[in-house]
Amino acid sequence: MHKEAAIREPLILGHKTYHDITQDVCKPIEDKAPRMWYILFAIALIIGLYGVGCIMYLLGTGIGTWGLNKTIGWAWDITNFVWWVGIGHAGTLISAVLLLFRQKWRMAINRSAEAMTIFAVFMAGLFPLIHMGRLWLAYWVLPLPNQFGSLWVNFNSPLLWDVFAISTYLSVSVVFWYIGLIPDFATLRDRVKRPIPKRMYSILSFGWSGRAKQWNRFELVSLVLAGVATPLVFSVHSIVSFDFATSVIPGWHTTIFPPYFVAGAVFSGFAMVQTLMLVMRKAMKLEAYIHTRHVEYMNIVIMVTGSIVGTAYITELFISWYSGVEYEAYAFINRATGPYWWAYWSMMTCNVISPQLMWIRPLRRSLIFTFIISIVVNIGMWFERYVIIVTSIHRDYLPSSWSMHYPSHIDLGVYVGTIGLFFVFFLLFARFFPVLPIAELKTILKSSGESYKNAPDTHHGHDDHSESENNNNH
Amino acid sequence: MEFKITKKANLLTMFLIVFGIVFTGIGVVVETSFHHHGEHLGQRISGNLLIDSFFFFAIGLGALFFLALQYATETGWYASVKRVIEAVAGFLPVGVGLLIVALIVITIQQGAHIYIWMDPQVVAHDELIQGKSAYLNIPFFWIRTLVYLGTYLLFWRGFKSRSLLEDQVGGTEIHFKNYKKAALFLVFFAVFSSTSSWDWIMSIDVHWFSTLFGWYIFAGMWCSTMIVLVTLTLFLKKKGYLPNVNESHIHDLGKWTFATSFLWSYLWFSQFMLIWYANIPEETTYHLTRIKDFKFLYFGMFIINFAFPMLLLMSRDAKRHAGVLTFVGMIVLFGHWVDVYIMVMAGSMGANAYIGFMEIGLLLLVLGLFIRVVLTNLSKAPLTVKNHPFLDESIHHEI
Repeated sequence: MHKEAAIREPLILGHKTYHDITQDVCKPIEDKAPRMWYILFAIALIIGLYGVGCIMYLLGTGIGTWGLNKTIGWAWDITNFVWWVGIGHAGTLISAVLLLFRQKWRMAINRSAEAMTIFAVFMAGLFPLIHMGRLWLAYWVLPLPNQFGSLWVNFNSPLLWDVFAISTYLSVSVVFWYIGLIPDFATLRDRVKRPIPKRMYSILSFGWSGRAKQWNRFELVSLVLAGVATPLVFSVHSIVSFDFATSVIPGWHTTIFPPYFVAGAVFSGFAMVQTLMLVMRKAMKLEAYIHTRHVEYMNIVIMVTGSIVGTAYITELFISWYSGVEYEAYAFINRATGPYWWAYWSMMTCNVISPQLMWIRPLRRSLIFTFIISIVVNIGMWFERYVIIVTSIHRDYLPSSWSMHYPSHIDLGVYVGTIGLFFVFFLLFARFFPVLPIAELKTILKSSGESYKNAPDTHHGHDDHSESENNNNH
Repeated sequence: MEFKITKKANLLTMFLIVFGIVFTGIGVVVETSFHHHGEHLGQRISGNLLIDSFFFFAIGLGALFFLALQYATETGWYASVKRVIEAVAGFLPVGVGLLIVALIVITIQQGAHIYIWMDPQVVAHDELIQGKSAYLNIPFFWIRTLVYLGTYLLFWRGFKSRSLLEDQVGGTEIHFKNYKKAALFLVFFAVFSSTSSWDWIMSIDVHWFSTLFGWYIFAGMWCSTMIVLVTLTLFLKKKGYLPNVNESHIHDLGKWTFATSFLWSYLWFSQFMLIWYANIPEETTYHLTRIKDFKFLYFGMFIINFAFPMLLLMSRDAKRHAGVLTFVGMIVLFGHWVDVYIMVMAGSMGANAYIGFMEIGLLLLVLGLFIRVVLTNLSKAPLTVKNHPFLDESIHHEI
């Protein structure tokens, strides 16, 4: 067992035992769903179905139903695409990068964050697909030698790299998530009484028996997948940023885009995790496992990534002047003072100023404040993509081509619909899947559980090096 | 445990310094007698001073950054190697001194054809530089430089004295103070590391610009620092000085080396690829100069700095193996020196640059000084910290 200094705050509150952990996580699945779940599910489903309806109408009628025009060929849809991909970054960062950094607090949130990631990537993938206009030809993006017109897809296009990057990311994330679920599905299989759920969980758990050899393989696979997933966390949003940065459009073509998009993605992803976790911990009575300290850690990540994003904004702004390139300077002046000034300043307020409030300890430990900021951040990150995409292209090189983008109700419907669908998926997950990693949480109970951490030293058993534990005031 | 500089180490550093001086001398003679009658002498000496002072200053600063990162993230495992990090960060005052000397030498030569924006005659005929002169002018440049360096030194002084104080008094008060100061340092560092690399390095190619540049420099500096830290730890461990350091600590340092070299490669590629792909003349000029005059070094450096750590440090065993770590580390460290060399020389000397006696000489000289200062720092404080709240975690570190 890893030694943990007493100065660290406990990660599992109260007097929990191994059995309590199993009980706390499995109970919401085994009990009848509360009324609130049905209400939320119904709302999400209605919104989601409305979105599906809008997509159907779009496919039947054509992209003309969107607010795009000849100058602004990308707007609302690609904004939503990047926004969802960004949100889909937190899960794998939490499960892979934080695993490599041995951050035990990640165990309270990794399962749901990974689920959220997968659902967010689903939503993201929808937008480029429907933007093609002919969804049934979606397989044309795959590099199949063909007779469609060109022998191969355009390997030079970052849009194609996106197809590879995102599908790889999605596959690895799903595998990572699923591997983690296997032992917990086995726990559920052994607990549930009704035959159909038992059968289902039995299939899902792949015949897990909990032998030492299986655990050994399990840990090995987790580590290998973490190693594979970490570069993916970087690659996905870097390549999304290439969609813009490889162009020669002022405001799009800047070298800082790849790392700054990655930071922004983590920023928005963590904000979404906060939004979901703060509701979930309450609804499913998981306050002992996801508490103030976890929220604080996530807020610090939000603050750091928000500051990186802010630094990048200011760097871009400065270099647009320093470069002496008129077009570049105009793009930025136009963002701040042109017809889309409100979008720019919403972005600045939400993404640069609001996370700085997290420097104040009582604020970053306040759950209500965190909840508000988490939503503010995601609004800001949506505006960031809108600002980058729309303001950079709405002033074309020829003033006669200048244009504005006004979203149509189909634009709005598809976007809101994806939020609905996302929650449909997430609510189903929360209902039928173990939302906390039961097995992993048990590994930190003795080192980071409150009742064990603060107990007299004899409870630590074999350990005889505890001098440092005595010279602090906890 | 107290560290003592052995006679051998003493001799080695003296040897490096003396050889460095001799080589530099030969370099000066060669330059004045054989190459254009010393036309480029001032530029070449100044360029070399900038390369070596910046390179080693950046390692000291990287160590300070790494220390602050450990404080701010409340990391536990590093406590056993904390004094090693501090010894390298302790090069900072000397590094700052060297960098100031280099910048003064350049300034009094009106830029020495390195910072051509310092030369009023050049600026008078250059509209692009005139556009930047609100930022790139000698007084503001020096104000910024002194503010960066002053801030770094002040933070270093605080961290150093609190670290020694913690050994005496213990408790958690110092820990929390370090936590706060480290967070504050990181804020300053985040801004200054970017702006200072624009000032000191990017302004050499004064017409060129890249928003990523600051982060690229930062990644290279961090990688070099990790190599120095892991090598120094291995050396001390071999000499039996660090009883609390086990394979897991080495593994963690190795992981950082591996990760930062990836980070550096990622940023190099991002910067190169985006400029290559967009193919805008104002931007491609930077890479074209390097490809024209430094093709072998430029791409060789990238391949080595990327491929060596990736292929050789991928496995768990390699990151625990002193021989592999040192071998890869030394090659990649030199690779990063070459990176700085090209960054300075391509924009100033251009086709006239080559690695000769002077380049090797000044590198050896500053390297000797660096080793000497770091070893002296090690001998000034106990190698094992006391009362660090995470010391126990670090002693029991096992991964």
